[in-house]
Amino acid sequence: MAALAMLRTLRNRSFTSFSPLRLPIRSALSRFISTLVVAEHDGGSIKPSSLSAVEAAAAISRENSISVLLGGSGPDIGKAALQAASSHPLISQVLVADADIFLHPLAETWAELVHLVQQKGGYSHIITASNSFGKNILPRAAALLDVSPVTDITEISEPHLFVRPIYAGNALCTVRYVGKDPCMMTIRSPSFPMHSESAEPKSEAAPISQVDLSTFNEEFFGKSRWLKLASQDTERPDLGNARVVVTGGRGLKSAENFKLLEKLAEKLGAAVGATRAAVDAGFVPNDLQVGQTGKIVAPELYMAFGVSGAIQHLAGMRDSKVIVAINKDADAPIFQVADYGLVADLFDVIPELIEKLPEKK
Amino acid sequence: MKILVAVKRVIDYAVKVRVKPDKSGVETSNVKMSMNPFCEIALEEALRIRESGAAKEVVAVTVGPAQCADTLRTALAMGADRAVHVDAGAAPVLPLSVAKILRALVQVEQPGLLILGKQAIDDDCNQTGQMVAGLLKWPQGTFASKVVLDKEKQVATVEREVDGGLETLCLDLPAVITTDLRLNQPRYATLPNIMKAKSKVIKKVTPEELNVEIKSDLEVVQVTEPPKRKAGVIVSSVDELIDKLKNEGRVL
Repeated sequence: MAALAMLRTLRNRSFTSFSPLRLPIRSALSRFISTLVVAEHDGGSIKPSSLSAVEAAAAISRENSISVLLGGSGPDIGKAALQAASSHPLISQVLVADADIFLHPLAETWAELVHLVQQKGGYSHIITASNSFGKNILPRAAALLDVSPVTDITEISEPHLFVRPIYAGNALCTVRYVGKDPCMMTIRSPSFPMHSESAEPKSEAAPISQVDLSTFNEEFFGKSRWLKLASQDTERPDLGNARVVVTGGRGLKSAENFKLLEKLAEKLGAAVGATRAAVDAGFVPNDLQVGQTGKIVAPELYMAFGVSGAIQHLAGMRDSKVIVAINKDADAPIFQVADYGLVADLFDVIPELIEKLPEKK
Repeated sequence: MKILVAVKRVIDYAVKVRVKPDKSGVETSNVKMSMNPFCEIALEEALRIRESGAAKEVVAVTVGPAQCADTLRTALAMGADRAVHVDAGAAPVLPLSVAKILRALVQVEQPGLLILGKQAIDDDCNQTGQMVAGLLKWPQGTFASKVVLDKEKQVATVEREVDGGLETLCLDLPAVITTDLRLNQPRYATLPNIMKAKSKVIKKVTPEELNVEIKSDLEVVQVTEPPKRKAGVIVSSVDELIDKLKNEGRVL
């Protein structure tokens, strides 16, 4: 209850701080903001991309009461729910859909779940991360609710005003949602990094409740069946959240040579990325692809080896803090976005870097 | 079985787009337009399924202004049997409305499979396929890198590109599939086929005839250029690079 009281004072404070000019516009558009975050968990903990979605929810408004929706079954979901309950001060409740049908992220069941939870909760916003899970289920759920979703948001200016990249990141589009509730969106995780204060566990955890599935519409299930997931087991940090990313392109010439890049990544504690050319040539699996159609990353340091810098690749990494390019071709477009460029043979540079780089902390 | 393929006309993928000075959008006049690359892959997949004998007819569909007929001609030249052009005028149509138009067409055409690209490279939405599947209550196989059709059992096994690797699903037909880049290598239209395509039929309909209201619950406020990165430097050696990263960039 103490948390609720705190929330109320916070809400009152932010109300009085509104300029009189903005108040009527806001109150007309959004009466009360309550957000549903559709979250993913893995092995009992919330995925970092879902925590970014919570940050984005907090960015919509400081007077937001956030509900986190988790689905699955077994002991893992209980652990994940406990973590979610104390992961951010604005989280007011955790909803758990405990059933075997949510074990796998099938769009058919998850979209119906979001629909059901929305009908009961009447949220003003529904958010999920813009990853393969969010992109798959959220538009389907939006169609069931007859609203247009906004995907891949990089900035939230007002509760219904967002910025999203279009044309492979070569233009930024500011859009206003003017439809009925809920406003549905997916966010780019790198644009909403976790704040340190919200990483600290809050003193009072939010209540956890079970979603009542008795009215769940199962009429159309069973039309799709999950068979298997062939995952690439790797010790490396997750590409989407890594602090350092080293990427190889066609210039690496073979899968064997990618091992060299992996050695460098190990030394830097970095994740390994790749261009489409490297994936198509079979050097690495496709889930390492960085770009418009692959993963979007924004690490502190991005090192591109033998990458020419096609529009579609730049789309996935142009927001990195520091970009380093190593390429034999001095005219490669990658040098136009690089902070530091080195025109040299990567087969000379990588071993030298491995030798000379300081050990990771 | 009939396969319906949705295609979109977009600015060619190799063009460097220019934002209009009045911030109303991106310059599209006098710019090379092509079929969206993911739609080409969707069409190629449909053609391969027809060639394998699992489907009888491939119908290409597009929603947009008069010029979109060119994109449908390309689809016909690649091998589509016929085409439907939903002329929605010049104003942009949101994925939700496109999905409703496609649902209406599905109800007319009764296909066993609807294939779309996973996203259009202009709006980068990645929504339409999922939305039409939701509206139809059909199962969906998004970001497909492999599709195997079992005609007897009326199921499609779809391998999907997901974050952690590859996921395999089995979908009952009819279903919606959206294509990822690695599904196939689209063919080129040969000159004889381009000539033949001229005699194929493009049927024109309007959204009103399909009883679909074009809804726009999203307003574009402005379109701007992304912030420019400050000019970088070319270093001469690995030592200099490490030094810069340590002392200037402070990332090591």
